[in-house]
Amino acid sequence: MKPGAARSVLLPALVAAALIVVWYFVSAAGLFPPSAFPSPDAVVKAFAQEAKSGRLFNDIVTSLFRVSCGFLIAVAAGIPLGVWMGQKLPARTALLPITNFFRNLSPLAWMPFAILWFGVGDSASIFLIFLSVFFPIVLATMAAVAGIPAVHFQVARSYGLRRFEKLTQVTLPAIMPQVITALRVTAGVAWLVVVAAEMIAGRDGLGFAVMDSRNGLRSDILVVEMIVIGVIGVLIDRVLVQLTTIPSVRWGYER
Amino acid sequence: MSVSIASQVKPLELLDVSLSFGVVEVLRDISLAIAHREFVAVVGPSGCGKSTLLKVLSGDEAPSTGTVTRQGQVRTVYQQDGLFPWRTVTENISLGLRFVTDDQERQRQLAELLDLIRLHGFENHYPHQLSGGMRQRVELARALAGDSDILLMDEPFSALDYLTRLRMRGELVRLLEERPRTVVLVTHDIEEASQLADRVLVLTDRPARIRREITIASPRPRDLIENAVVEAARRILAEVDIESPR
Repeated sequence: MKPGAARSVLLPALVAAALIVVWYFVSAAGLFPPSAFPSPDAVVKAFAQEAKSGRLFNDIVTSLFRVSCGFLIAVAAGIPLGVWMGQKLPARTALLPITNFFRNLSPLAWMPFAILWFGVGDSASIFLIFLSVFFPIVLATMAAVAGIPAVHFQVARSYGLRRFEKLTQVTLPAIMPQVITALRVTAGVAWLVVVAAEMIAGRDGLGFAVMDSRNGLRSDILVVEMIVIGVIGVLIDRVLVQLTTIPSVRWGYER
Repeated sequence: MSVSIASQVKPLELLDVSLSFGVVEVLRDISLAIAHREFVAVVGPSGCGKSTLLKVLSGDEAPSTGTVTRQGQVRTVYQQDGLFPWRTVTENISLGLRFVTDDQERQRQLAELLDLIRLHGFENHYPHQLSGGMRQRVELARALAGDSDILLMDEPFSALDYLTRLRMRGELVRLLEERPRTVVLVTHDIEEASQLADRVLVLTDRPARIRREITIASPRPRDLIENAVVEAARRILAEVDIESPR
């Protein structure tokens, strides 16, 4: 391992360790009652207990399932709509204001309707995640398509690419770097939204678990869940960042 | 007297072509016939409509009035970023060979083109991994691939440093010797026009008209300091009012 690589592991680990030490001393000082400020060892115990009962695992799977469904449906619908709006000025003129409106309306404001329409369960959360991903993806795709340099299409024309080939060989590869960036951003948002959605519109999942721990005054379990939510959010981005290593999109990140 | 077909059919011909964008008149009454395998350079003040003229020749812009006739396949080399950045060198050049259906034949021609531009070892590089000069060589290879007839060049070397530009001129002459084409080169580089073209068209300010045609009879490759080149450059400079104050 190169010295730089060792340092990039060591320094963050040091920060995390320092944070735990501070946490330990604050809880040991007794500024807050243990029920409001659990000690690190209480959290470790709670983690073992939750892992063993399997409840934590089930909540993780449930939340990931909802995020995946909402995210994939939004991407599958949002990219084609964004491409269309990017290509056709009348479509853009007609749809951009309303897309901007929904983009700026917090998906959480839809919560009452989500419950009225879908009840408490998977569908309501998936619906909210869909809303939080769909509009930003449409806007990002549209902007990317509208910004493709005209020279690419002149080249396509002079080399005899047909309509469908222009889409698959020019438009889509040209927008990939920006679309991948939008996927990373919106996946992060979706992970934030699922927790909030499940707090109110769920009977399981990590968001519900957080609410449940609060109601049961189990702040030790609450901290376990917070750590798990944060770590999974980071992992989701680590997975999606792999898309930026595809050779045919590298150009978008190196200029 | 026998006249070859090639000399009768004009690959590119403009007849009284004018073009306006709204109220902005860009081209006015341009008539121009370019002979088979002729190398024509177009020079003129910046913003005068040189690139627009090239787009009319390529068919990317339709003239407001007048007619354009084109015989043969036209390909354009751009100033920069004409390559698809998501395709490797090989994949970009293959675009020019996409109508070669036989796979072996395509591979053979691809290897030949890579030889021609001396970029072996860079087959799988992407454009952003190449220098500006290498990128323009790949673009030339792509444009010269297959059976293209007419090469339009829109300031192809203007983004390069001076020495690379000089080298690329020699490279272009060499490539055209291997694969002769009818060429229209738009440039603001008077030296480049003098060194490369059979005929130089000097355009006026917008709306562009043809102000003067200068023929250069000397064979290529030409040295930069050769009499015919220096003389042509002097005449072009006089036409664009560099020599005499207003």
